[in-house]
Amino acid sequence: MRHIISVLMENEPGALSRVVGLFSQRNYNIESLNVAPTEDATLSRLTVTTIGNDRVVEQITKQLNKLIDVVKVVDLTEGDHIERELMMIKLKANGQMRAEIKRTCDIFRGQIIDVTPNTYTVQLIGASDKLDAFIASLGNTAGIMEVVRSGVSGIARGEKVLSI
Amino acid sequence: MVVRALRDEGVKYIYGYPGGALLHVYDALFQQEDVQHILVRHEQAATHMADAYARATGKAGVALVTSGPGATNAITGIATAFTDSIPMVVITGQVMSHLIGEDAFQETDMLGISRPVVKHNFSIQRPEDIPATIKKAFYIAQSGRPGPVVVDIPKDMTTPTDRFPYEYPKSVKLRSYNPISRGHSGQIRKAVDMLLQARRPVIYTGGGIVIGGASDELTELARLLNFPVTNTLMGLGGYPGTDRQFLGMLGMHGSYEANMAMHHADLILAVGARFDDRVTNACDKFCPTARIIHVDIDPASISKTIRADVPIVGPSKVVLEEMVGLVKESVKKPDAQATDSWWKQIDEWRGRHGGHYRTDDSELMKPQQVIEMLSKVTNGDAYVCSDVGQHQMFAAQYYKFNKPNRWINSGGLGTMGFGFPAAMGVKLNFPDADVACVTGEGSIQMNIQELSTCKQYDLPVKILCLNNQSLGMVRQWQDMNYESRHSQSYMKSLPDFVKLVEAYGHVGIKVDKYSDLEAAMREAFALKDRLVFMDIAVDPFEHVYPMQVPRGSMRDMWLSKTERT
Repeated sequence: MRHIISVLMENEPGALSRVVGLFSQRNYNIESLNVAPTEDATLSRLTVTTIGNDRVVEQITKQLNKLIDVVKVVDLTEGDHIERELMMIKLKANGQMRAEIKRTCDIFRGQIIDVTPNTYTVQLIGASDKLDAFIASLGNTAGIMEVVRSGVSGIARGEKVLSI
Repeated sequence: MVVRALRDEGVKYIYGYPGGALLHVYDALFQQEDVQHILVRHEQAATHMADAYARATGKAGVALVTSGPGATNAITGIATAFTDSIPMVVITGQVMSHLIGEDAFQETDMLGISRPVVKHNFSIQRPEDIPATIKKAFYIAQSGRPGPVVVDIPKDMTTPTDRFPYEYPKSVKLRSYNPISRGHSGQIRKAVDMLLQARRPVIYTGGGIVIGGASDELTELARLLNFPVTNTLMGLGGYPGTDRQFLGMLGMHGSYEANMAMHHADLILAVGARFDDRVTNACDKFCPTARIIHVDIDPASISKTIRADVPIVGPSKVVLEEMVGLVKESVKKPDAQATDSWWKQIDEWRGRHGGHYRTDDSELMKPQQVIEMLSKVTNGDAYVCSDVGQHQMFAAQYYKFNKPNRWINSGGLGTMGFGFPAAMGVKLNFPDADVACVTGEGSIQMNIQELSTCKQYDLPVKILCLNNQSLGMVRQWQDMNYESRHSQSYMKSLPDFVKLVEAYGHVGIKVDKYSDLEAAMREAFALKDRLVFMDIAVDPFEHVYPMQVPRGSMRDMWLSKTERT
């Protein structure tokens, strides 16, 4: 099963490498990963999506908690949560395709953020499966030139917070 | 500031080897007398000495090594301590900070290389951070589940002409690290209820009892309940080895009675042990009728390989203390009839095998006889520092450890070359104690250069080299699984060890016959102020038994070359 694990950790040099190293060392899988400082510059928030059975995910959260730089760990998928990912996608946009891409983009509530005579760059925000659906809807004929995805970020619904 | 911080931490000895990146630190060492430096001949030995000090005392040992090759040579020792949860602080020199990343001379990314084998590591970015960082290193190394901590110090952080205010903190607090100080009372109560209802209980304990200083509490609990106790390789000495309730070691080379009792148990109380693959054999066949209470300070060790019915996270000493209190208070008592019939069954198993080995099929001395003699000559009271291989298993099986912290071996990582420097580290800190290194002709040659260090610092350890002219454990597996194709497991051109140690200024004794063994060993231990190397010829064809059958259950064992359960 897919899990979204959020980690609050010290914003120290080497902290990220400890997390990433842990995953490779213990043979855990990383689907996506993102990290950035929080409003408190001494802390970073890291979100990792991983696939594994309950036993593996239990080990992942325990092992993450053991890292000295890690302040808190939460498996967001255990409760109600919101996940978002940002994608920028550069497409060949000529002739009829220009209107077609624009239409698809509107349906997915994406924005065209850069335009040249031959290309569109589309920005799309949503859960990962929505981004996958957008790519699928373009079909094989679409000229995808480049895809950039941020990896998943997540936050719990309601009043629950991950902070110190 | 480095040396001053070590002094203020109360460090008496550090083990190390100088080099370019550490010259400022070594100059500071030269100008004081509080912290004594022991110069080894290879950095690996420095880490093992520090490690063994920690195993014998519970306090973190300190190693000091230079950048680049010094640091990489220390890695094996750091990994050894990490796998066995041993507290240690390793200070590594680093090239000047402006050179980091430029492939400078003797530069290596020590933070990156050590990361998977340390509890934590630090890089000093500002000289004024040195005292607080060293304090943190000791705190992290010694608290919670202990482990090694590396502090990497670029050379320009120790420039003696730069002056900074110095203050060594009395204590530290980290918001991201709060080791647990006691177990969950409700869970402990539940566990005690289960213990009092058990009919076929076994207490299975590991290194967490030894390093957690909980052997008195364990002994008290076991005696109150009259339950059998088995120890892991790391846990030996945690419960008195000559006690009637002790079943010996369990696992791959565990005793017949310990493995049989585990397999048939209805309740297992595991404390400070981690259900390692060398203990459990096949996880899906492990102890099919047992419910499991697992006490460990590290939550990640619980339900990692074997699911616990009652998990208790906490220090072994505190949790066992609480259990003892509850058992004493309780009006309910263990079912004496059930316990009696369980003991009857166990004693029957004990009678069936009970650590027998054959002495009649060859003229050659058996390695088991050497260990039994060592146990006899030292009254079971020596520090026994072992290397890795058959001799290690024989020592674990046949030396009767009645006290904790006396059995010092690389259990988890299985580091050949560990035993001799470990013995040196113990002898230095316990000069009046008998310290034996049990080794083989393979392991000893992995750190034999330390004979020179022993000469320099007068470290009269006793080395018992069980010489079977082959890498015995490798050979045993080849005999059992590879139709005796002894690929690279024998040693041609062994040195004359007696002459070799004499060249280093020590005493060598060669023993070929069992009838000479006792006198020779007594002579060796009587030479209080000399290092004695006993080169003891033992049967090269001997195997370690019992040995669990691969992918079987706890009870599936070979008991000799021809007999299995």
